[in-house]
Amino acid sequence: MSVLAVIEHDRGTIATASLGVLTAARTLASQMGTTVEAVTVGANADALSSVAAQYGASVVHQAHHASLTDFGPEAWGEAVAQVVKKISPQVVIGTGTERGHEVVAQVAARLDLPASMNCTEFDSAFTGAQPLKVVRARWGGSLLEQAEVDASIKLVTLANHTVEAVESPATATHTVHEVELNDSVMHSFVQDRVERVAGVTLATAPVVVSGGRGVGSAEAFAPLEELAGLLGGIVGCSRAVTNNGWRNHTDQVGQTGTRIAPDIYIACGISGAIQHWVGAMASKNILAINTDKEANIVTKAGYAVIGDLHKIVPAISEEIRRRRG
Amino acid sequence: MNILVCVKRVPAPGARINITEDGQAVDTAFLGFTVSPHEECAVEQAVQLVEKHGGEVTVLTLGPAEAEEQLRTAVSVGAAKAVLVPITESDWDPQRTAQAIASVITDLENANGKFDLVLFGNESADSCGYQVGIRVALKLGRPMVNGAKGLDIEGSVAKVRRESDAGLEIYMLPMPSAVGVKEGINLPRYPTMKGRLASKKVDVTRTESTGSVGGLKMIQLQRPPERVSNTQILGTGPEAASAVVDLLEELGVFK
Repeated sequence: MSVLAVIEHDRGTIATASLGVLTAARTLASQMGTTVEAVTVGANADALSSVAAQYGASVVHQAHHASLTDFGPEAWGEAVAQVVKKISPQVVIGTGTERGHEVVAQVAARLDLPASMNCTEFDSAFTGAQPLKVVRARWGGSLLEQAEVDASIKLVTLANHTVEAVESPATATHTVHEVELNDSVMHSFVQDRVERVAGVTLATAPVVVSGGRGVGSAEAFAPLEELAGLLGGIVGCSRAVTNNGWRNHTDQVGQTGTRIAPDIYIACGISGAIQHWVGAMASKNILAINTDKEANIVTKAGYAVIGDLHKIVPAISEEIRRRRG
Repeated sequence: MNILVCVKRVPAPGARINITEDGQAVDTAFLGFTVSPHEECAVEQAVQLVEKHGGEVTVLTLGPAEAEEQLRTAVSVGAAKAVLVPITESDWDPQRTAQAIASVITDLENANGKFDLVLFGNESADSCGYQVGIRVALKLGRPMVNGAKGLDIEGSVAKVRRESDAGLEIYMLPMPSAVGVKEGINLPRYPTMKGRLASKKVDVTRTESTGSVGGLKMIQLQRPPERVSNTQILGTGPEAASAVVDLLEELGVFK
């Protein structure tokens, strides 16, 4: 009897999404009258037991195997599945990230259990006996689904940024589980890694100046680059732009691109289709520059300038330079 | 090199996704349909690999009879064969879907030999389940990595590149294997005239399959709370630049 939080980490560094998962697990466990437990994968994550305890876990299960030194979706899934099978928690919550979804899906496949990804809410009347009612994000969050997870062990992932991490220090014991991994799970390990060069990325930039179909060509992004540069920001784009080959997919904001949350999102010549909007909606402020005052993005943005971006964007840069002298 | 790509037919929404009155489905009365974006890239990747290494691409979908349209789209950009696993409900749950697809793949392989690669999309655009490919791969006993932003063949190994917060990761999967592809891995091509003709002529194989109903049950769809915004129009044309910079100052992004 417990709610089990699956701790995501990278070579021993905890993923911040795990803290929200521990917090959500605590809420659920307290209404069920049970305890929060956590599972870490690989001995290099043993030190994370104290972090899990800080967020309310009373038991931390440490899955050990000589091969568990780096991420491997199948090996991680198998390791967590063996711990789940051994301790039979009522609910297992993973992170709503690429790795989190993958590990929970692997556990689900291995134990032949249902899994509900990207949950935004759990039934506050759930006590453990009945199917678990959840609300989960579809279409990258443009639509929500009320669903039911009906199984002895309910597997879910928590949609990222839906639960704020709150500490609740507990005293935790830990249990080491020596898991058995056969050859079949040994293939899909990270074999090599090229570390990212530090710098501003789309996901972390305070200002994103983004262009859509209205920009018209790859070359016409130059004024957007200039404005982004003046504001210490970065250039983004819509899917129409990547589909036209004007910019690389790494610049794409949206459901199948990057989710961003800058201080301000400046959307130039973007109509604001729903798949784009879900990638930008977490922005603290949105300024739309568009010829069409009825465009979807204009009606949803806090601020708008109506007109031709090819004239307006350079004028903004010019005004910034003028004020800076 | 024989590659199977599993695709899903999904609505192509515009500015807003509407729900039918009973809350059971997306209202598609005014929508077109498309291949889910990650899978569109999976088809393109498969076609590129076959162009380089020889072999052929088979495309498979589990969906309504109309999903034949998406199979033909895949043929128009280079797939050779198409398999439809027809269902009458609007969607099947992930466990049931995976069971049915795995059983069709096993039958295809018993008849024609193993696929070197089985490709999926990272997650479907509509239901976003993140699991069908992983379940199918396990049933077939193939190694599987999701989230591929790069996929090459080196001898008998599929080399997968994937992006994480830490950097670019490399996975080496001995074939036969399965890979979940993410948009951005390539830029899907447009159909050629020859491709369009081939897509009209191709025989779509219909293969019935079943699976037991799984434990994830959709109760109802709902729209998220609408963002209400009283958009403040700062001005029209380049003359608005001054008001924009005032705003940037006020928000503290321009100092």
